Amino acid sequence: MFEIRWHSRAGQGAVTGAKGLAEVVSTTGKHVQAFAFYGSAKRGAAMTAYNRVSDKRIINHEKFMSPEYILIIDPALIHTADFTAHEKENTKYIITSHLNKEDVIKSQPKLEGKEVYVVDCMSIAMDTIGRAIPNTPMLGALMKISGMYEIDFFKESMINVLRKFPQKIIDANIDAIQRAYDQVN
Amino acid sequence: MADKMDLLDVEVWDGNMAASQAMRQAQIDVVAAYPITPSTPVVENYAGFLANGYIDGEFVMVESEHAAMSGCIGAAAAGGRVATATSSQGFDLMVETLYQASGMRLPIILNVVNRALAAPLNVNGDHSDMYLGRDSGWIQFNAYNAQDAYDLNLIAFRVAEDHKVRLPAMIHQDGFMTSHTAEGVLTLSDDDAYNFIGDYKPMNAMLDFEKPATYGVQTEEDWHFEHKARQHNDLMTKVNPVIQEVFDAFEKETGRKFDFVTNHNLDDADVAIVAMGTTVDTAMLVADQLREEGKKVGVLGLRVIRPFPFEKLAAALSNVKAVCCMDRSAPGGTVGMLYNEICGAMYNSANHPVITGYVYGLGGRDMTVEYLKGIFADGEANAAAGKPTTPLQQFIGVRGPKLNFL
Repeated sequence: MFEIRWHSRAGQGAVTGAKGLAEVVSTTGKHVQAFAFYGSAKRGAAMTAYNRVSDKRIINHEKFMSPEYILIIDPALIHTADFTAHEKENTKYIITSHLNKEDVIKSQPKLEGKEVYVVDCMSIAMDTIGRAIPNTPMLGALMKISGMYEIDFFKESMINVLRKFPQKIIDANIDAIQRAYDQVN
Repeated sequence: MADKMDLLDVEVWDGNMAASQAMRQAQIDVVAAYPITPSTPVVENYAGFLANGYIDGEFVMVESEHAAMSGCIGAAAAGGRVATATSSQGFDLMVETLYQASGMRLPIILNVVNRALAAPLNVNGDHSDMYLGRDSGWIQFNAYNAQDAYDLNLIAFRVAEDHKVRLPAMIHQDGFMTSHTAEGVLTLSDDDAYNFIGDYKPMNAMLDFEKPATYGVQTEEDWHFEHKARQHNDLMTKVNPVIQEVFDAFEKETGRKFDFVTNHNLDDADVAIVAMGTTVDTAMLVADQLREEGKKVGVLGLRVIRPFPFEKLAAALSNVKAVCCMDRSAPGGTVGMLYNEICGAMYNSANHPVITGYVYGLGGRDMTVEYLKGIFADGEANAAAGKPTTPLQQFIGVRGPKLNFL
């Protein structure tokens, strides 16, 4: 079993990202969960989304989680959200920011000594998709850091997940995934 | 003719989508619905399927849940296959019409995505609405996850519409914890699902002008009791054999086995947790972990809430020494429903375990693995002592000083 927590703002696509990842994982024969805490959250409100991935059927429905990966897709949330809650010793952080890793850690001392990766999903999303929806680039970064799947396999799978959208949007998302995969460090 | 949808063998669906897809596969004649969180996507998805040509039936948008169930009653009396979905305050508003539906013996399917009842307003999952419906004369099926929500919809249509039953049925799933959690769901093809449910066979349809029928008549002291007694008689004697038959047919079709109660390692267990909804799944996970430590614990999940499976439940608990009953609804000045029903089921049985109750998870408060371990530990202490070592009613997961009663 491994677990992922997403920190996002409502409207940035964390739920769609978590569900997209779940769809890809499911096609490889593994078991998945994707869920979120909504409340009556409005667009822009801080929220969290979650994935569980396992070789066995997942019957744990508790919301509590000590995740292996914490994905932060809004740059400001490292300053306002309790994003290190229930972390493990070896939890990996992938953070969206236009700053480099050193400056990100300097701006949030809680990150010192942790395994931190930084990628500017927001700029990538703006340059490719044309909207501030940093969910798919974050998945590209996750593929790089976690080594879950080969990037070419993952992109092929995401084309299928996104099949309902016009070709232009699919292409932009795949481009965003690749760029984040290449740029995260 | 509706288009068929090609489904993967395993689709990543949340509980709402699972219910919507089963409803689509049932090819319902009329869905009258009014949206409310967290059940909104059930009818939203369904309306999308209809707009995209996957459904031939009618979708009626109405002005309230009272109207939604009233529309369902009219359409069912007219002679059609009928279903809808609701939650919480919507369910509250439907209550009057729920009794009309069951009293008129109309096999309507209602997906209830369980949510807390205001005040204070809360959109998250607990079982308050489900508990409110338990005397309404409906059959109530209980899903622990999205797979169950899909399977039990297919099962419910076939049970409710059987001419030996002719009663409406609810499928309950936990708001958000099931309804908005995407997971892998094993699917049936459209043809297999439809053939499992079968064609709708009307009975005393109002639109059959050759055989005029009246629905919803007035019966005073002269006949009212006889009608209610007959309905109760059918719930007590005729429904369960049909449910068993359909569970068996479903297992033959899919390999997935359902029973009135889910018996998870109870046969040699000293301690049982009795629960409903997602908590059954999580409790099974915890029980398995404790088994590895050599602790003799098990779980009983209540799959069919109404008709209440007294004998099956007493049989499943016939060897345990302690039972912990988990109620996800504020009992309002008494013990929880499960505590009450379990005591009732066990009192005249040969086994008399120590029975304690827990109120938990109101308004979506998390039921964690750690809490469940603590409850099993209480049960083990009770089993060893042969009497309650805690108050009979404990509140789990509420902030502030520990809250106990009785």
